[in-house]
Amino acid sequence: MSGITLSGVTKRFGDTIAVDDVSLTVDDHELLVLLGPSGCGKSTLLRMIAGLEEMTAGEIRIGDRVVNDVEPKDRDLAMVFQSYALYPHMTVRANIEFPLRSRKVPKDQRALQVAEAAEMLDLTDYLDRKPSQLSGGQRQRVALARAVVRRPAAFLMDEPLSNLDAKLRAATRIELVELQRRLEATIVYVTHDQVEAMTMGHRVAILDRGVLQQLGSPQEVYDRPANLFVARFIGTPPMNTVRGRLETAGGTPVVRIGADGVELPGAAAAAAAADGLLEIVLGVRPEHVEIVTDGTPGALTATVEVVEHLGHEQHVVGRLGDGQLVTVRQGSHLPAPPAKSSVRLAVRVEHAHCFDPETGARLG
Amino acid sequence: MSAQRSARRRAKDALLGYALVLPSLVVFGVFVFYPFVKNFSLALHRTPPFPGLPKKYVGLDQVKDVLSSSEFHKSLRITIEFVMLTVPVGIVLGLLLAVLAHKQLRGMGIYRTIFSSTVATSVAAASVIFWTLFNPQIGLVTYWMGRSGDLGVLEDPKTALIAVAVTTVWQNIGLSFILMSAGLQGVPDDLYEAAAVDGADGARRFWHVTLPMLSPTLFFSAVVGSIMAFQAFGQIDILTRGGPDDATNVLVYSIYEDVFRAGNDGVAAVKAIALFVIVLILTIVQLRVAERRVSYAR
Ligand SMILES: Nc1ncnc2c1ncn2[C@@H]1O[C@H](COP(=O)(O)OP(=O)(O)OP(=O)(O)O)[C@@H](O)[C@H]1O
Ligand SMILES: [Mg+2]
Repeated sequence: MSGITLSGVTKRFGDTIAVDDVSLTVDDHELLVLLGPSGCGKSTLLRMIAGLEEMTAGEIRIGDRVVNDVEPKDRDLAMVFQSYALYPHMTVRANIEFPLRSRKVPKDQRALQVAEAAEMLDLTDYLDRKPSQLSGGQRQRVALARAVVRRPAAFLMDEPLSNLDAKLRAATRIELVELQRRLEATIVYVTHDQVEAMTMGHRVAILDRGVLQQLGSPQEVYDRPANLFVARFIGTPPMNTVRGRLETAGGTPVVRIGADGVELPGAAAAAAAADGLLEIVLGVRPEHVEIVTDGTPGALTATVEVVEHLGHEQHVVGRLGDGQLVTVRQGSHLPAPPAKSSVRLAVRVEHAHCFDPETGARLG
Repeated sequence: MSAQRSARRRAKDALLGYALVLPSLVVFGVFVFYPFVKNFSLALHRTPPFPGLPKKYVGLDQVKDVLSSSEFHKSLRITIEFVMLTVPVGIVLGLLLAVLAHKQLRGMGIYRTIFSSTVATSVAAASVIFWTLFNPQIGLVTYWMGRSGDLGVLEDPKTALIAVAVTTVWQNIGLSFILMSAGLQGVPDDLYEAAAVDGADGARRFWHVTLPMLSPTLFFSAVVGSIMAFQAFGQIDILTRGGPDDATNVLVYSIYEDVFRAGNDGVAAVKAIALFVIVLILTIVQLRVAERRVSYAR
């Protein structure tokens, strides 16, 4: 049993709160991704788990052991740094062997484990080189080998792929996922790249300004964002969020946006009514908005600002009557409306989300 | 035509360039180049036993005589002993203080200032401080050693060189501390963090990360420290004047004595060339190694 449990973990640097009362559990054999924009406290949180940074408040357990006062070297973790942090004066072999030597593993055992780790990461031919004689991708694999050579309780990875070019990153992503499966490793993986988070994570923890916003599977986080921050952060192009007044038209709740009205999902309407809200933010992903012919009921009128062609799809950015922007994502086989033309946009209400405009919290 | 003009322009530029370096050329010429060349000529002429007689050209005879003399060997041995006594200890102490001060703690700036303060102390001041400490009547060191009233450490041939070395180490510790601190600054923090997560305790991190990463600095300090030690003069002149019984008569001091006591500038010139060759070799070694050193850039 080597899960990691954080309770009320907080870190203050002077006046800035880098991590604010975060509680979560990383299950055994789970790859949990910490995702968030730059400066949201991901690295700080990871470093507190590693023991490299002291906590201001809270408790961290690895397995059943509270590790608040345990030295990094005794936490039985392995870490992969963004900079790789390879020892430049040691050969690749010595780098991979270092954690074993530090833990007094006998010599033959060490040789065996180094060979195995090198094999696993395809480094056998480079064992006698110095890190400066390796490419970025190879260095990255050495850093991984140094982590997997021992079987630690968990792996901590701080943006390990961010120094690689796009192609190598995509390839390494897949290798990492395979490695995780093969080792049945528990991994806490920090990234600000949502593609990495969505494709690799069993669960994703989204942080903003040190506060845990949502914890769930990639699909949950995408389908049911807990608040406006998550809604806007996950997905490219980001979710459309338009503000409107709550009204009732003929018994059904509607959001009034300019002259148009969009029918509300029932649960959201009930929640909004319970909170006594007058206004609401309607969230719709660009793929859930369609350009429709004139006369469709419940559609919004917009003026086309730009059309972005991406080859496989196009993004039509329209401006509503009250100035708010709405993006439509549609296949490139569909005709692109000319700029400045007026279009009608239909929202697929069953996929719409509603948020409290003040707190940003999800309604319904 | 334009080629002509550009040639004229280049000549003008060159002229201006020479004019600009002329002042420093003159200074170097008078104080470095001329004495340097003159020194070689001195080495080839034997100084007459009585002043006023003409100098005699003797070729390499004098060079051979001096280099094979026991007096030269003795002072060379003392000089090397002095280097061995001062350089390693200076580096180790500087490193120790630098490691101690390399912590983000409140008030550390005060310690850093204190540790580096001997750089701002002149050799003369340092020597006078230690002369007082070593004084057989009033010196604290003699008192602590229980030698009050006895033969002073500076008067005892067995301890004089050590006493001068202690003074020198103290004087150099500031520079050593600054060099080592700069070296430590250059070691990326994440290497220490990686080592900590990899299970290395403080001692292991020091031996396997700090020291190897510091090896260029250590090497540089050793060479520069040796060069400085080979050239040490002030503290010897003030503390012992080469004595007692030549126990601290290092190469530079013996050169000084040859010229200003014995008036034998021929012998002094040969020793000066020997010293020059030693320092030159050290300098070349330093430059070569610095050039060849693998860059630890990641
Ligand atoms: N040693 C420190 N002293 C003071 N403030 C710090 C320190 N380390 C981090 N911070 C602050 O804490 C906040 C969180 O930093 P952190 O490095 O955890 O962000 P991050 O999410 O990893 O960002 P990035 O994606 O850019 O790496 C930032 O506002 C940062 O300025
Ligand atoms: Mg970070």
